[in-house]
Amino acid sequence: MGKFQKIQELFVSGLIKVSGYSAIIFVLLILYFLLSEGLPALKEVSVQSLLETRWYPIEDFYGLLPLIGGSIIVTLGATLIAVPIGIGTAVYIAEVSPRWAKEILKPMVEVLAGIPSVVLGFLGILAFTSLLRQSLDLPTGLTALTGSILLALISIPTIVSVSEDALDAVPRSYRDAAVALGATEWETIWKVTLPAARSGVITAVMLGIGRTIGETMAVMMVTGNAPILPTGLRDLFSPVRTMTATIAAEMGEVASGSTHYHILFFIGIVLFLISLIVNLTASAVVFRQRKRSERILS
Amino acid sequence: MRLQRYLLFVLFAICLIGCRGKSTSEGPSPPSDSGYIENKGSDTIVNLALAWAEEYQSIHPDVRISVTGGGSGTGIAALFNNTVDIANASRKIKPEEREAIEKNGTEPFEFVIARDAIAIIVNPENPIEQITLQQLSDIYSGKIDNWKELGGEDRPIVRLSREVNSGTHVYFLEEVVRLGDKENKTLFSKDTLLLPSSEGITAEVRDNPNAIGYDGLGYVTPDVKVVPVSRGDDSPFIYPSANTVNTDTYPIARDLYMYTAGQPAGLVKIYLDWIFSPEAQVIVNELGFVPIINSDE
Repeated sequence: MGKFQKIQELFVSGLIKVSGYSAIIFVLLILYFLLSEGLPALKEVSVQSLLETRWYPIEDFYGLLPLIGGSIIVTLGATLIAVPIGIGTAVYIAEVSPRWAKEILKPMVEVLAGIPSVVLGFLGILAFTSLLRQSLDLPTGLTALTGSILLALISIPTIVSVSEDALDAVPRSYRDAAVALGATEWETIWKVTLPAARSGVITAVMLGIGRTIGETMAVMMVTGNAPILPTGLRDLFSPVRTMTATIAAEMGEVASGSTHYHILFFIGIVLFLISLIVNLTASAVVFRQRKRSERILS
Repeated sequence: MRLQRYLLFVLFAICLIGCRGKSTSEGPSPPSDSGYIENKGSDTIVNLALAWAEEYQSIHPDVRISVTGGGSGTGIAALFNNTVDIANASRKIKPEEREAIEKNGTEPFEFVIARDAIAIIVNPENPIEQITLQQLSDIYSGKIDNWKELGGEDRPIVRLSREVNSGTHVYFLEEVVRLGDKENKTLFSKDTLLLPSSEGITAEVRDNPNAIGYDGLGYVTPDVKVVPVSRGDDSPFIYPSANTVNTDTYPIARDLYMYTAGQPAGLVKIYLDWIFSPEAQVIVNELGFVPIINSDE
């Protein structure tokens, strides 16, 4: 190897290393930026007033609870809708459907994943709001439930494609063994294939939840954005204001460096922490299961 | 070997492109008299500002005017960040915003460029025929929860408002919810829906017989019902129109503003002077706002 080649080698491998580490650097930079802009909020406003139930920033009411509650209830509703449908679709595509149906369904799910959330928001305003209001006899159709339905549509493709991959990865011999023991098709799916693919399916659900909690545009258009603290699942039928919609609606207007500005970044920190917790839970669950299965196999 | 060299070339090319992108973005911004005006702010005014800009550019093809919305606060924030020449606002500048501009060594100049009425709108199916300011305040502060209490049907009231970054929201809070009383600290009821756009309010009112909303007169469409408003029990109930706004009989009307940082000069001054000319004020009328006849800054 000549000298030139060595330099070349060094240069290229260096560049590749930098691009590899850049993801870590970006996350750290974002975290630093969030903390430096958001933490001053704690100095300007007491923690107690952040735990109030009234959000009205232009009159200095900075209670975050309605916003956190709003994000949680919309995400919870979306998960309740998306998980059964998503896993059901994945099971159908991977286990039950004939080949031609599979070839139509898979691209269709991917098309659903490609629809921009603003477009889904329009769909929500046009189709769901008045339908929900009339069929459930609600005062208004702009509710948490409307947001949940749209978010379910957004997260279903993620859940379907990831859990379908996990189901595909289950070895054929498992199913053959189950059928040989006299299990029906349903018993094979429910008791053998799904448990075997469990860690992949749980990852799929967690990715779906992550997608849901960060979504902004569709939610802002259909949830009504009223900062009411939800107290139970019953509040799915009333308007809510999510953290993401609050940041999007108010960030453009605040004077940079003001208390309101710092609080909006603080909401960003809370969002970041919540998705971190979701991710950590997911990997903890997957990790524990792998250990248990390793124990059984050894 | 060949592949490596190719990769190296590609990486080098990427670096070059990266460098070039940087140097163009650092180019000097054009001075304000070079034929370019940046205009930003209130969503209420954005259609009017656009119409003016188009008209002015067709008369003076050498001038380019860029108009964007985003809310009154957004426009004024851009003014003290020095990224716009003219900020549009549907409310007066706040003291802290004035201070921020004065920190830059200049002071904001205010121009009343048109007037606007805020119409109270309900669904056409709603039998309500008239409303007083006091009743509006009670509705939006949450004291009245059912249309029955106003002589309407037995339906819950769904309150619609613009987002808090909107000048219309602030004006409505001060003049309607608090009835113009500075000491009054009444707030919007917690369950008021905050919609991101005027169109959002119109769409929900058109669709929902429970809803009540407010919108600038320029945004009212024929498929919603405008309710006449009275100042008090003895005053007459007035529909919003150019005429009732100019005679100050319609109670919920306000001035619309443009702000500049420092005394306007050059092109910006010529443009603002043109805005007060009769030919520009005709456009105000066409868009559903109320023209200023005598401009007094």
